[in-house]
Amino acid sequence: MFKILLTCIVFLNFFALGSSRMRAIIRTAGLQGAILGLLTLVAHEHIGSRQIIVAALTFAIKGVVIPSLLFRAIREAHIRREVEPLLGFVPSLLFGGLGTALAVLFAGRLPLDGGTADAYFVSTAFSTILTGFILIIARHKAITQVVGYLILENGIFVFGLLLIEAMPFFVEMGVLLDVFVGVFIMGIIINRIQRTFSSLDTVHLERLKD
Amino acid sequence: MVSASILILIPMLGAGAAYALKSNRLRPAILPVVGLAHLGVSAIATQAPFDPAQRHWFALDPAGRIALMTVSVLFSCCALYAPVYLRMHEKRSNRVFCACMLALLAAMSMVVYAQHIGMMWVGIEAMALAAAPLIYFRHTSEAIEASWKYLLLSSIGVALALLGSFFLAYASIVGGESTSLLVSDLVREAEHLSKPWLRAAFVTLLVGYGTKMGLAPMHTWKPDAYGEAPGLAGALLAGGLTSCAFLALSRFTMVLGAAGEAALASRLLIGLGLFSMLIAAVFLVRQRDFKRMLAYSSVEHMGILAIGLGVGGVGLFGALLHMMNNAFTKGVLFLSAANIHRTYGSKSVDEVRGAFQRAPLSAVLFLTGFIAIAGSPPFGPFVSLFSILQGAFEARHYITGGALLVLLWVVFVGMGHTVLRVVQGVPEGEPASPRESLKLVAPVAVLACVVLVLGLWMPAPLLRMLQEAAAYLEVHP
Repeated sequence: MFKILLTCIVFLNFFALGSSRMRAIIRTAGLQGAILGLLTLVAHEHIGSRQIIVAALTFAIKGVVIPSLLFRAIREAHIRREVEPLLGFVPSLLFGGLGTALAVLFAGRLPLDGGTADAYFVSTAFSTILTGFILIIARHKAITQVVGYLILENGIFVFGLLLIEAMPFFVEMGVLLDVFVGVFIMGIIINRIQRTFSSLDTVHLERLKD
Repeated sequence: MVSASILILIPMLGAGAAYALKSNRLRPAILPVVGLAHLGVSAIATQAPFDPAQRHWFALDPAGRIALMTVSVLFSCCALYAPVYLRMHEKRSNRVFCACMLALLAAMSMVVYAQHIGMMWVGIEAMALAAAPLIYFRHTSEAIEASWKYLLLSSIGVALALLGSFFLAYASIVGGESTSLLVSDLVREAEHLSKPWLRAAFVTLLVGYGTKMGLAPMHTWKPDAYGEAPGLAGALLAGGLTSCAFLALSRFTMVLGAAGEAALASRLLIGLGLFSMLIAAVFLVRQRDFKRMLAYSSVEHMGILAIGLGVGGVGLFGALLHMMNNAFTKGVLFLSAANIHRTYGSKSVDEVRGAFQRAPLSAVLFLTGFIAIAGSPPFGPFVSLFSILQGAFEARHYITGGALLVLLWVVFVGMGHTVLRVVQGVPEGEPASPRESLKLVAPVAVLACVVLVLGLWMPAPLLRMLQEAAAYLEVHP
């Protein structure tokens, strides 16, 4: 079961890299968040009330709250697509594919606790983290960069699932706090950027340089 | 344990009070009250002995003592400066600024005390978030740009630090040992940690916390943030926030040392440190903006701290002392630069000339700060830089030591060019604001005196504390 979900996450990574439509990218990250919620339930054999709470919170925050915040931001800013990305969509996809292949190879070489099951998690995590990085570096719009950060966080969450049984408190606190507070504050600044420059293009944010 | 809750709670309550208080005039008065209370409690807390066998999440280890004093003294001086500064901007609400400044102090205290790597991470995250509104205080479009870049980069840095902490946790699971995340437990059981995961953890943590420290090439938020933030925020970031990130990194280096991987840590730290110094030197030469100049100087000195941590021995002692010296000197530089900036309404050397005539006291302090940070006697940084160099040569890192000397010299020449252009010459045009206020000079002068005293005479208790901290951090398998 978890293999299917992890494969979905990797598939969504490619979708995010290849898409130019803003709504599609946000929806991809949201869907990933929702899948992570489900994954929390199926990752380990016994399900306690604690797991259910974490799954529900993840589903709600990553799958619903943050995407709807971002949807509102693009509605107010009237932006639909990412035009002229720094790195084209096809090269982004190629990098993503190459990265995923390397992640699979790399995960196979590392010593793992639970054998093959853990390898799936580790390679998915690495692939997703890399996707996040590509989106942050190669796109101009502030919103896409925030989505890139979200996907990066999703990758870290996948890795966190390996630890959730041994140290539940640390993992839960870390991943939820990070993404929620980070995106919340970024939302405030995005709002200010929009008001000051009447655009969310980070091309405008190039006045400060040496 | 008690002191931890007091030192974290006082500023948190202060932040709450500042946010609740309606009066824009009275609010800044909370800052010095909290700052001085924090300083008093810290002075007592650093006297308490540290029990290595304790298993609390929050405890003051010997390295934490040094960082606590650094943060507390610097914050107190900034808190004395702040009310006068904020009164000049009375039309703008200082509610968020005061609350965030106090929240930043709470977060820094938390990092200093945290013995649990999760708590340490939470503290760093809180620190990063509390600092963003300080950078944004001026509300100009440049300030937005600076805060956006800061926020995006530091969020990524903090996310990577979380990933690194996860790697470290996984290393202990694979190693089959107990899954405690206390620094003391990790050090004790370091040999059993899975080596590949431990190495991956250190690299990721170095990048993550290195972003917060501002080591090159993750330093790009620094010039923009320090250039646009009020001098007050610059001082707290360059002296407080970065020092806390360094403390976190030094604790992880300790775990690596205990696992017998000190060589890897040392190589990475020295490499990044030298690269930071090189980048800083390149951008410091012919720098026209004197606040951005200070940002690159901060990159340089974070590099020096990383080198000191990497070479170990006397170098580690030097790095801990340099953390203090750098923080106080950066306080002098940022606050006096802010005074000069205000007098001229510009921070470009093309328009700022002859500060000796227009703002004589601040200009003298600015020049003093420059001489100190460049590492010349009789100021504190001379002693700490000398110890780091000595450490490098004793550990037979001859190339590192040589490069350090050359780069220090290049930076001295480059920075000197800009600083002298600011202070010398004849001022042009009308001053943007009236004479410098003595109240804005006094706290800076206090810090400058501390820097001078640390260079002339090392108090015996401080020396003992530094030696204990260096011995604590230097662990061999």
